This record gives sequence, C-alpha cells and structure tokens, in this order.
Amino acid sequence: MSAWARRVLVAGLPALLAPGAAMAHLVATGMGPVYDGVLHFALSPEDVLLVIALALFAGLRGPGHARALFWVLPPAWFAGGVLAMMNLAPAGIALSLTTAVLFLAVGELLAANARLPMAACSAIGVVLGLSRGMADLAGVDPNSAHLLMLGGMCAAIFLVSALAASVTLPLQRLWMIVTARVCGSWIAAMGLLLAGWMVRYGAVV
Amino acid sequence: MRGPRASMRKPRMGRSGAWSLLTLIALTVPRLASAHLVRGEAGGFASGFEHPISGLDHIIAMVAVGLWGAQLGKPAIWLLPVTFPLVMACGGFLGLIGVPLPGSEIAIALSGVCLGAVVFSESRPPLWVAAGIVGAFGLFHGYAHGAELPPGRNPLLYSLGFVLATGLLHAAGILMGSVHRWPWGRLALRATGAAILCGGLFFLRGALP
Repeated sequence: MSAWARRVLVAGLPALLAPGAAMAHLVATGMGPVYDGVLHFALSPEDVLLVIALALFAGLRGPGHARALFWVLPPAWFAGGVLAMMNLAPAGIALSLTTAVLFLAVGELLAANARLPMAACSAIGVVLGLSRGMADLAGVDPNSAHLLMLGGMCAAIFLVSALAASVTLPLQRLWMIVTARVCGSWIAAMGLLLAGWMVRYGAVV
Repeated sequence: MRGPRASMRKPRMGRSGAWSLLTLIALTVPRLASAHLVRGEAGGFASGFEHPISGLDHIIAMVAVGLWGAQLGKPAIWLLPVTFPLVMACGGFLGLIGVPLPGSEIAIALSGVCLGAVVFSESRPPLWVAAGIVGAFGLFHGYAHGAELPPGRNPLLYSLGFVLATGLLHAAGILMGSVHRWPWGRLALRATGAAILCGGLFFLRGALP
C-alpha cells in the first residue's frame, strides 16, 4: 500500500466512525396523510389490539356479527376523530378509562365466547370507534390533511377487522377456538392492569 | 543492515500521522444523540416481558401450572391458561391500587411447594378445586408484580409484555407436559414436580422470617 493510500485510509476510517445525531421519531411517513393515518393506526397498540379482539369476537359469533362490525366500526372511528378535531372530545382521563374498560369488556367477551346479540356487538363497536377516534385525534387542527389521515386510519381499521374476523369465522376445531379465547383472556388481563395503573398514576392512553 | 538514520525514524509519527490522530480525536468526540422512543414503548414492553421471568420462584410456579394442566388433560389443559392470566391480573390490580395483602412472599414460595407436590403426586382433584388452587396462587403472584411496578413506563406495552411472558411460561409448561402420554414421560414429569417442590421449599425458607 502506498504512503498516500495509507494516509487516506488513516484519515478516512475515523470519518466513517464519526457519530451523527440520530433524529429518530415516528411522525410522518413522507408519503402523504393517508399513509400517515395507516401508520398511526399500525403503531398504536391500544388501537390495533382492541380492533383485533373485537373482530375476533365478532368472527366467533358468526358472519352476521362480523359484517355488521365492518360497517359500524370505521365510520364510528371517523366520527370520533371529527368530533375531537372540533374540540368536542371529553377529557383525557375519561377516554383512558373507556379504553381500559373496553380492553376488559372485549377481552372477557372473547374469553367467555359469550352469546351476545348483533346489536350489542355493534354498539360496542360504536363505543370503541368513537372513543379511540377521539383519543387519536384529540388536539389536532381540523384541516383536509388531517381528514385524509383519519380516512387512511379508517381504511386500515376496516382491513384489519375484516382480516381478524375472517380468521375466526371458519374455526371449528376446539384448539383453534381455545387459542382465540386465550387471546381474549390476555386482553382482558391487560385491561385490568391498565385500570390499576390508572388508579395509581392517572390517565395513560 | 539498516543505517542509524532509518532506525531513528521508525518510532516517529510524522506530520500525516499527527493530522490523522487529530482528525480521529475530533471526529470521535461524542455528540448528543437525539434519538428517542415515542412514549417509552420499547422500554415498557421489554420491562413488562422481563418481569415474570426475572424471578425463579415465579418461573417454577408458572411452568408447574402448565405441567399440572397437561397431567389433568381436558378441559383443565385449556381452562387454566384462560383463567390464570385473568386472576393474576386481578392480583396485579390489587397491588397497583395499594390494597394490603400480607404474606404474599410466603404464599408465592408456598405455590412452588404446593404445585410441585401436585405434579409429583399426579393429583387429580375436581376441576373447581384445581382452578381454585391455581387461581389463589395466581392472585399472590399478580399482587407481587403489581405492587412492585415502577412508574414512568408505558402501561399498555408493559401489560402486553407481562401477560405475554406469563402465557408463554404456561405454554412452555403445557408443551413439557405433553410427554405425559408416554410412561417415561410421566416419570420425567413427576421428577420435574419433585424438583419444583424442592425449589419451593428453598424459597419458603428464604421467605419465612
């Protein structure tokens, strides 16, 4: 190796090792508000887990329950988001409490494989959509970009709920149903822990 | 043979070497890293997942529940994993809201002794008795976890990690218990039960004042 190459190497290697300031944060995809909405939903476990749990339950109850949920949950979420943008959302602690209760209730229903009428299942979907839509869009300015973001979020919710319900719809074997019910038990347990946490430390999600 | 001039030059760094050293020092000075995890998600999940598997007294009890479920067969094999996380979360709730539950450490150690003994003896009580035993101990285990919970974590992800780890410990116990169908497997399960019993006695000795 020539002296010149050695100098370049000695000077260049430290340059490669130089630490840069990492600016990691999950704010935007850079692909527009619709995808931002999809990403926001996908990265919010409190949203994803509740949607999946309710869809699994609706799927276990049958095609009628599942179909009703698809047409109720995303519009309710959208309405909740719009209400939040209009500053009509309740206080954060009320939304947090609703989320904890929803985790507990939906998880219990799934764990018990309860026989719930279609109207009641849809009503839970409306409460879930309204409360989580409000929580997601609380404090956001009402403009077209945020409406598009909400639209992307609702599209993702429709897709995820349809996929989750389609997983449990054809389940006939005992162990498959048991697996879905164990998931419900775990989600209910999370709701209980969440509620305890709120009592101890205040609003959380 | 090299001259004296060459041998004197060898240890010297030279101008380019000095510049390289200065460049190295300048470039490797640490800068402020602005990376952050939004609302502490990773920390919450990791700490929640770590909590049930951080203590051997908890691990042996969780695994023993799965082993006993496998020995008891249907419907206990799936009833226990469905009910246990819920009862444990009830205990966690009590611990979080600050309800006093004295003697929880002794009860946790006793759970190892009792569950080890039932696995060792292949006990087959009625389902409600088995669920009651497991549920009562689950309450104390959950209470200990809830009471020890530190503030400043993401509660949802913490709970997710916590419940997932507990469920996986049960699943590990059930999988290990699936050897129950073979004669040698039954013997191995009973030996595992004896080991859990001994572990429980060890922890009981530490828990007693």
